[in-house]
Amino acid sequence: MIDTGTTAFILICTAMVMLMTPGVGLFYGGLVRRKNLISMIALSFIAFALVSIQWVVCGYSLSFGPDILGLVGGLEYAFLQGIGMDGDGIPDLLFVAFQMVFAGLTLAIVTSGVAERIKISSFLVFGLLWTTLVYDPLAHWAWGGGWAAQFGALDFAGGTVVHISSGFSALALALVIGKRLGFGGHGMEPNNIPLALLGGALLWFGWFGFNAGSALAADGLAANAFIVTNIAAAAGALAWLCTAWIRGRPGSIGMISGAIAGLVAITPAAGFVGPMAAVVIGAGAGLFCYGALVFRVQRGLDESLDAWAIHGMGGIFGALATGVFAVAAIGGVSGLIDGNPAQLLIQLVDVGVVVAYSFGVTYVIARVVDAVMGLRVTEEEEYVGLDIAQHGESVRV
Amino acid sequence: MKMVCAVIRPEMFDSVKTALEADGVYGMTVTEVMGRGAQRGISLKFRGKVMPVELIPKVKIEMVVSDADVEKVIGIIRANGRTGKPGDGRIFVLPVESICRVRTDLEDPAGP
Repeated sequence: MIDTGTTAFILICTAMVMLMTPGVGLFYGGLVRRKNLISMIALSFIAFALVSIQWVVCGYSLSFGPDILGLVGGLEYAFLQGIGMDGDGIPDLLFVAFQMVFAGLTLAIVTSGVAERIKISSFLVFGLLWTTLVYDPLAHWAWGGGWAAQFGALDFAGGTVVHISSGFSALALALVIGKRLGFGGHGMEPNNIPLALLGGALLWFGWFGFNAGSALAADGLAANAFIVTNIAAAAGALAWLCTAWIRGRPGSIGMISGAIAGLVAITPAAGFVGPMAAVVIGAGAGLFCYGALVFRVQRGLDESLDAWAIHGMGGIFGALATGVFAVAAIGGVSGLIDGNPAQLLIQLVDVGVVVAYSFGVTYVIARVVDAVMGLRVTEEEEYVGLDIAQHGESVRV
Repeated sequence: MKMVCAVIRPEMFDSVKTALEADGVYGMTVTEVMGRGAQRGISLKFRGKVMPVELIPKVKIEMVVSDADVEKVIGIIRANGRTGKPGDGRIFVLPVESICRVRTDLEDPAGP
């Protein structure tokens, strides 16, 4: 039976989550140098378009098809065979679309690791392999009835599937492709901070659809997810802002990074924790991810736009916090504080496996693509910038 | 007095500015410009096709310094703006007739 209220709600949430992908593009685009602004925004759109097609060909089926050994879905739903307008609560086709926008967003986040130096042709090949071999199995593990779901790991809206996976994949990719020309020596200041803030705003807005929509019903749980999402974002923004203030100036990029860190951390927890826990989770994520970013810079790692520090480490923080703060009254599962310490252990195992899998498989895929066709543009192309070198376009007239 | 006008790589600007400051040269006017030199820009090659990029972003620094300081300033810009590859830029030295402050009606014969 189709519930029209729920269907209307999920339709809107799906469109809201779609807006997060260009949001990532604008956020990243504002942070790079002007010669790569178009490239950075375009990469997000390309990621979304690529995954959209892969999703209806085989991605959805690999994620949500009949379970095979808890590892991956079968190909029964390839080309959306048997997926129609009927469904349980919402049309099956709508569920396909809702999950598709998550998959597209995740690949867009990964572009952080290759900012200002990736060859588009290689990104297309890498992206297709990545979403098929990394994202689809992870989505199956958590939501498609795979081992993580059977094991009892909690991931409400994608803390492991979307954020840990994209963050650690960006790190692996950055290690394979290498640092940007002149990294550490030349100035690489953001070209357009207002644009990055606009991207952050779209992320914050879309995240309501991301988390509340993951209730898959227009009900109290969705309302809980909605309010804890906003609380965590606000707490994260303030925590990062104040930390940066103590060490210097309260920059707007830090503020919006803190908001995103809070949003990432509340993602796995949104349907399991209450509003007061969200304050702690959001603020904690702001501080934790700030520390991760400082660590990344000190180590001289060019994971250029900090998907690892914010999405990867924020995702870990959120997954573990879910095991700490979950209360049975909200999501039906208790965490450490509610008297169930075993849940934290389950979360820890889930995090460990997802980190190892996404980092390891991404590293191998990146090495293979690099060996076959080269991930990176030439030195001259990188110097001129990807806008001109890859797209033949420029923000300068 | 001379005006030293240097067109350099944008990514070398910070180190040039820091080095000039360290030697007591503070006053400057800086403009982001586009330009090309003897190589007529950069040619990118795609599968045999050549795609010329005729104008490359540069930073132009203008400084007015006393005659005695010109060689020092040129030396600093060369030492800190050089990569050794084509495209490091040019330095032009122009005569300056006079300097007038806007804040007061005085001419400033002592230099910048």
